[in-house]
This record gives sequence, C-alpha cells and structure tokens, in this order.
Amino acid sequence: MADAPKLVNLTVDGKAITAPAGTLLIDACKNAGIEIPSFCYYPGLSVQGACRMCLVKIEKMPKLQTSCTTVVGEGMVVTTENDEIHQARKSMLELVLANHPLDCPVCDAGGQCELQDMTFTYGAAESKFVDIKNHRDEQQWSPVVYFDRPRCILCYRCVRVCGEGMDVWALGIQQRGVSSVIAPNMEDHLECEECGMCIDICPVGALTSGAYRYKTRPWEMNHVATVCTHCGDGCVTTLGVRRSDTGMEIMRGDNRDKSGINGDFLCIKGRYAFDFSKEPERITVPLIRRNSKLEPATWEAAFELIASKLKEVRDRDGGQAIGVIGSNRTTNEENYLLQKFARLVLATNNIDHHRTADYPGFVSALAGTQNMTASMRDVASAPAILLIGNDPTEQHPLLAWQIRNNVRLNKARLYTVNSNQIKLRRQSTVFHLISAGSEGAFAQFLVGNDSAASSVGDPQALNSLRDKLRGEQGLVIAFGSEIRGEHIKPLVQFAQSVGAKLICLGDYANSRGAADMGLYPDLLPGYYPVSQLTGSKDEDWMGKAPKQPGLTLQEMFSAAAGGRLRALYVVGSNPVARYNLDPFALKNTFTVVQDMFLTETATLADVVLPAANAYEKGGTFTNTCGDLQRLQKAGDVTTVKSDFEIIVRIANAMGYDVHGLVPFAPGLRADMGQTRGAESGEADRHKVWLTRQGIEPKLSPFDPLALLDEIQRLVPGYEVSRLNLMAGNDQHTQVPDIGSGELPSHPELIVPSEDTLFTSGTLGRYSKTLNSVMENDRAVPEDAGIPAD
Amino acid sequence: MRFSDQLETRIATMLTHYPVKRSILVPTLLFVQDEVGYLSDEAIAEVAKRVELTELEVRNVISYYSMLSLKPKGKFNIQVCTNICCMIRGGESIFDHCKKKLGIGHKMTTPDGLFSLEEVECIGACSWAPAMQVNYDFHENLTAEKVDAILDDYKRKAQQ
Repeated sequence: MADAPKLVNLTVDGKAITAPAGTLLIDACKNAGIEIPSFCYYPGLSVQGACRMCLVKIEKMPKLQTSCTTVVGEGMVVTTENDEIHQARKSMLELVLANHPLDCPVCDAGGQCELQDMTFTYGAAESKFVDIKNHRDEQQWSPVVYFDRPRCILCYRCVRVCGEGMDVWALGIQQRGVSSVIAPNMEDHLECEECGMCIDICPVGALTSGAYRYKTRPWEMNHVATVCTHCGDGCVTTLGVRRSDTGMEIMRGDNRDKSGINGDFLCIKGRYAFDFSKEPERITVPLIRRNSKLEPATWEAAFELIASKLKEVRDRDGGQAIGVIGSNRTTNEENYLLQKFARLVLATNNIDHHRTADYPGFVSALAGTQNMTASMRDVASAPAILLIGNDPTEQHPLLAWQIRNNVRLNKARLYTVNSNQIKLRRQSTVFHLISAGSEGAFAQFLVGNDSAASSVGDPQALNSLRDKLRGEQGLVIAFGSEIRGEHIKPLVQFAQSVGAKLICLGDYANSRGAADMGLYPDLLPGYYPVSQLTGSKDEDWMGKAPKQPGLTLQEMFSAAAGGRLRALYVVGSNPVARYNLDPFALKNTFTVVQDMFLTETATLADVVLPAANAYEKGGTFTNTCGDLQRLQKAGDVTTVKSDFEIIVRIANAMGYDVHGLVPFAPGLRADMGQTRGAESGEADRHKVWLTRQGIEPKLSPFDPLALLDEIQRLVPGYEVSRLNLMAGNDQHTQVPDIGSGELPSHPELIVPSEDTLFTSGTLGRYSKTLNSVMENDRAVPEDAGIPAD
Repeated sequence: MRFSDQLETRIATMLTHYPVKRSILVPTLLFVQDEVGYLSDEAIAEVAKRVELTELEVRNVISYYSMLSLKPKGKFNIQVCTNICCMIRGGESIFDHCKKKLGIGHKMTTPDGLFSLEEVECIGACSWAPAMQVNYDFHENLTAEKVDAILDDYKRKAQQ
C-alpha cells in the first residue's frame, strides 16, 4: 500500500485550507465549502478543461487559471470570486449563449438547467452578438435518446461518461471549433446500452429522454427516491410523479440526488422501464372466474370467495393441500407476511418461489464465519475483485459499473473467470476463459484441489491465476448461479484463507429478500429450518409453524396434477411460463393469482387480484449483496392494492385475528402486571423489543413498517440502523450464522432468469420502452422463451 | 482491406515509433487517403481495426482535419489560399479565376474527375503570395495566366 498523500496548505478566499497533494483545486475548494461553477468538470470523469467557467485568480500566476485542471500547491493563494473573475465567467456564458436557443419555456431541462442557473447568477442574459443563431433540427438517436444540437454547450460530459464510465464509447465529437458537434456511433443513430447516462449528465437540454420529453416540467412533479424493481443490484431511482386521473402517474425515472449506492449510475431499466405501470393491459379490478370466464368483480366478493375456499380446503384436506408461491419482486415485509400467512393461517409449509441463486447453500457455506459478505459499495473500493461466472454488464449493470470504475479510478485488479467472452474482460487484469459448467471445478481448484484443474483449462495459467489471487488483500469475490450447492463451500474456504468477502449473485430486485424472508418450504425467515427450530424463536410465532417441510414449487404442481393440491395462491410470479409447467395440472385446483398482468399463470386462475408494483408501495428490498434499502411509494393506481394489504385482508376474511400476523396497535396483549414477566414467555416480546428500541407501535394493519419491526427483531442479520435505513441509506445485512449443519438448498431448483440489459421478465414484457429498444437494436433470439417473473 | 506493400511497410515502421497504436492514426489516414483517393467506409473500418479504436473515434479525427476527406476527390486537388497575405496579393481573384476556368465551386470536382477545387487557409507560402497547392506541389506568385498554364500542364499530364 502506498503511503497516504501529503497534505498541502493553501489559502482560498482568505480561508486557510488543506487538501491531499494531487487534489484538483476545484475539488479542494468544494471540500472546504467553496463552490466554483463549472460545466465540463465532473467528479470521477477525466479532466476536460473546455468550458472555462471555473476560472480563478491564483497569486503569482499571470492570468486566470482553470481550477479544474490546476492541482493544489503548497502556499497557493487563490481568489474564487472578484470583479475580474465575475466578468470572465460572464463573458464565457455570453459565448456559450451565442448559439444557444432561448427555448427554455419548452425545453425539458428548463427548471433544472445548469446553464439557466449560471445565467441567473452571472447576469449574462443579454448578448452583444447580433448574428443569427445556428439552428439544426433535433435528431432522434434511439428510442430513448434525442439530441438537440443547438442547445449543446460542448462540455463533453456525455462523451466521457459513455466512454470512460460505461465503456461503450458510442458518443464522439466531430468537426472543430464553432462547428463542433456531438456525434453518435452509427452516424445518424446510436447503438449502445441505452443507459441514458448521457441524458442525466447533460447540464442543458441537448440530450433529452424519449420517455419524458415534452410531457411535463420538473416543478410540476414530486420526486420520490425508491429502489429499482428490476435486477438484483438495488439502484436508487428517483421517480418523478404527477397527479393523474387514476392516482399518481410516474412521469420519469432519473438519478436526481445521486445519493444511492449507484451514485451516478442507472441503466435503461431503472431509468425508463417504469412504464409497465401504465400499460393499458394492466389489471385494475379483481377478476373472478364465472362460467369459465374471468369477469370483473368487487374486492369484497373476491376476498369472500378466496377466504371461504381456502378455509374449506384447509379444514377439509389440511394445510398440505394448499400451496403458496411467492415473488422475487415483492418487499421483504410482504414476503415475510406471505410465509407467515401460509404457515399460521393456511397451516402449510408448501411455500416456494422462483429461485435464481443458491442463498441457502451460501448461508450453509458461511456457517461459523463472520462479516464475510461484501456490500455493493465494497465493489467500488476493493483493491481486487474476482468474478466467477455471470455477465454483470447484462445481468448486474450496477455491479459492472462499480467494477469498471474501480478499475479505472483506483486501479483495482479484476480477475474474471467465465465461460463466455464477457465484456468485462476489457477491464480484467486476468481473464480466464473456461469451459461452460466448470465454474464449480474452478472453485475446487482454488482451495488446492489441483486435479480439478484438468476440466477447467490450462493448468499453468490457472496456477498463476491462483498464485495472484492468493496474494490479494481485501479481495471481493462475486459469483453467479453457476456456482451453487457443494461448490460454494470451497469458494468460502478460499475466501477465508485470503480474507476475502463474497457476493452471491441473484437475479431479481428482491431475490435475496425472498430467500432471507423464508419463501422456502423448509426454511423460515433467517434460514431457520422448519423441522428443527430451537430456542427463543420457538416461543415466538415460528414455533407455531408446521414442523414438516412442505412442497417445492415443482412438487406443488405435480401434487396439483395428482389431485392432492386443492388450492394454490400465487403472488407476483408466473411459474407456468417460467418452468414450462403443464397448465392442465391446475384444472382441479382453486387458484388465486395476484399480479399486474394476465400472465400465463393468471389466465388459469379462479380469482385474479390486481396488485400494486414495487413503485407503488413502501417497504424494503434486500439487494443481491444483502444491502437493505427502503422503498417509498411513488406511483399510485387507486383501484389496485399492495400485496401486503391483500394478504392481510384475506387473512381477515378467513376470520384470523390479523394481530397475529402484523403486530400493529399498542397493547395487543398489554402487560398490565398480571403476567409473570418477560422470562415466562407470556409477555408481549414484540412490545418489549419496541420499547427497548424506542420505536412506537404502528397503528395500521397495512403498515409494512410494523413487519419491518418484527423482521428486525426476529431475522438475524437484519438488526441494522433504523435511522440510517429511514434516511434512505443502504444498510448491509449480515448472513445469519447457522452454526453447524447443512441447510436444505436444492441447487437443482435454481433457474437463472437469463435476463439481458433489455429484458426483465414479466415487467420487461409489458414495458414499451424496453421492447422498442430491442426492436431497434437487437435481434431477439428465437429460443428466448417466454419472459416470466 | 489490403493496402500496397509500400504502405504496409510504412505503417509497420510507424508502429515502432510510438508506445500506443493510436498515435499513428493521423499519418496513417493521410497515407491511406493518398493511396485510396479518399477515406472510404471500408478504409475507415480497416484503419480503426489496425489502431484499435472505434470507427466513431476515427471519424471524429477525420472530421477535425480538412485535409482528410470522406468523399472522392479529383486526380488533382487544387487548394487556393485566400488567407491574409494571399488575399492582399489577389488570392481571391485567383480562386475566382479557377472557379470560372474549371466551371466548379468550392469543394467540388469536375465531371471528368480530373480537378477538385478548394479554398484553403494559410499553406505557409506567404512570402510567395498568392499561392496554391495542387496535391503536394506548390505554385507561387500566381497570376491568371500562370494558373491557366499550370492547369493546362496538369491536363496534359493526365492524358499521358
């Protein structure tokens, strides 16, 4: 490790400040609370020195200097604001404005434009130029990117973020001098990852979003920061929402406050693929099958029917005749509630979800260790990263961004082991191509099983790779679902031997949360096996759960085909399409599906309930690294209900006291002194916990925070700072230490989503933007199958 | 795309002069243009591959330099300077004379593909203004008569 850089002392505006040697003056000033205006300078991108807005006076230097290209020096005396500087900046603005059209009233950037702000600050609105402004018609470069050339101020931010940040290099600058122009890579259009970073980073309205342009103005919207509902990385997307006929309409997604784990980054899905929420095909009223046709019905009728049927099956055939399938996109609270509902109300352990990673296997392998998982933030600062399997550029865009920028800005070393020539090979210090399916053997090889090398590849190259990895301090290992079951253990052993941290990559927004919250037939929240629950958890509600492990998703369908599964409750999942299951299996099973669209599974249902999506409710998501983040309600469609509310209402309609599901309202079992105290097991443990945490009981049975309280109390690893979580910060959860023993992990049930940058299961299927980009850019392979989940 | 052996040797030699491949981009483009006549899409793709840049980056550079052309030019590219010294010494009337004589305007090519005409900035021949450059040859202290003689000379050369 290099020594910490020396500190340099300088004076800025009469204030003595210090900064590490090598810091740019503009950054040093910013850190000291002195803001210097700039267009072209952008933290984390290369220095451009194009706009000359950041001019400052430095003593002993003859002319004004650009503070974005000047490195701090010992004894420097800097003035950032005086008449000369003010005049210089004003003149620069005048030049920038020479060709800039005055179309602010119709421009998308109006109201959030850096040029507007600067013009107001420096009063350069009047121009000495009398020449006619150059006009060029706007161009559409892709379904989501529009370019308005006259508005461009040539700051090069878009060119740099596309090239350096995204490693796409789709934008360039052509011509020279006054005729310079930003150009797309295919002469008149773009072929790129369509991330829209160029639009977000544009200080003016030169690059605008196809999804948002001319729809509304920034000040007409509320801006809600929530977690993206697509892949498992957990980017914060800021949704601009506006009142509409049916509630609140999501107008745009962007990266307004940059406070999330994703910093500057958002991919196409986080930025544009919220449009599924306003797709006309969306179900907005409950549907009940009458005369073999799904017909609109009231919520009351639907709840009554579901409750009476579920009760009938449970009381007649027992809980084992009912199956529950959960979702990868519902919140932790909903997942937790769903399995609690299944286990307590339906009296069944038949609960499962579409598994995309072997989290139980991961937890088993980590038994007896501590603090061995990496957060998404760690990836951006780790000195070295080992990536086994997966293609983060397509499947985990934020992870890929973190890796790329860590390599670029911190010279991190990336070791990639993959069976495909994935794009991250370009950033790799070592890229090792292996044959498909030998990822597990590579893990075995890492822990010294040299005979495993033969199936992986060239032993000499592998040995040298292993030697390098053994020498790495602070390594982060990210692995895809190629590594599962027995192969996770050697990887963990290797990580332990070098002090590395791990990331197990799952595919959907809350795949990790679904696993952590116990959407398994054999595991409770916190990975407690249902059959061998011990200790204090046994005295809580978990003790009342059935002890016999339930059926897996596939087993439920065979049970249905065999007539043993009489009722099926599917929440936000499309197992029929995902697993290519026989639709006729459900013909004698009373099926309830709660979704946004009539998926292959929903069309078979007896009752379909219109559910809110993740952008329309509160709660928490756990990303693939285990970072817990808060969802905030942005959009709203008045006639749908959140999965949380639906589950509570079904339980209520079944005559179950919902206090037993959701700990709401104070004093549900008030301890008035009659009980024998907390040790006796009769006291309200939840209330005791709340009091200790200084948290008020929630008043509504539909408040997901009431269950977050319970999750934090009962699920090991989720005891994170509530304050930080509520403030919108990501909080890294820990994997529970299961001590000894193996968890049932069923690696054979894992089916990766195979989503690309432009697909996202059911949501992607109903996103016009994603579809238009695919039609535009990519040939969809014929065997792509039906997108589901 | 294949280049002549001579050009291949030239590129190979240039590559040894610099630590990174992209450094040879500008001279390579100029030499390729000399050989091919202009920078065709095929030529751009080939150069991009050889210097390990995207085609966009190569196009960015080409668009910066007015001496690099994306369109075919005449056999003889006449570049008349009208910058200050030449302008004072009658460069503009030389340019007008060329236009009339060839029947084409700025950045145009005669139908027979023999001549292209261009009005250019300083070509560094101020001491002998007005001056023009035909391909890589300089012609100085021009008059209308001298221009006629020069153009006739090139026409003859083309017929040989």
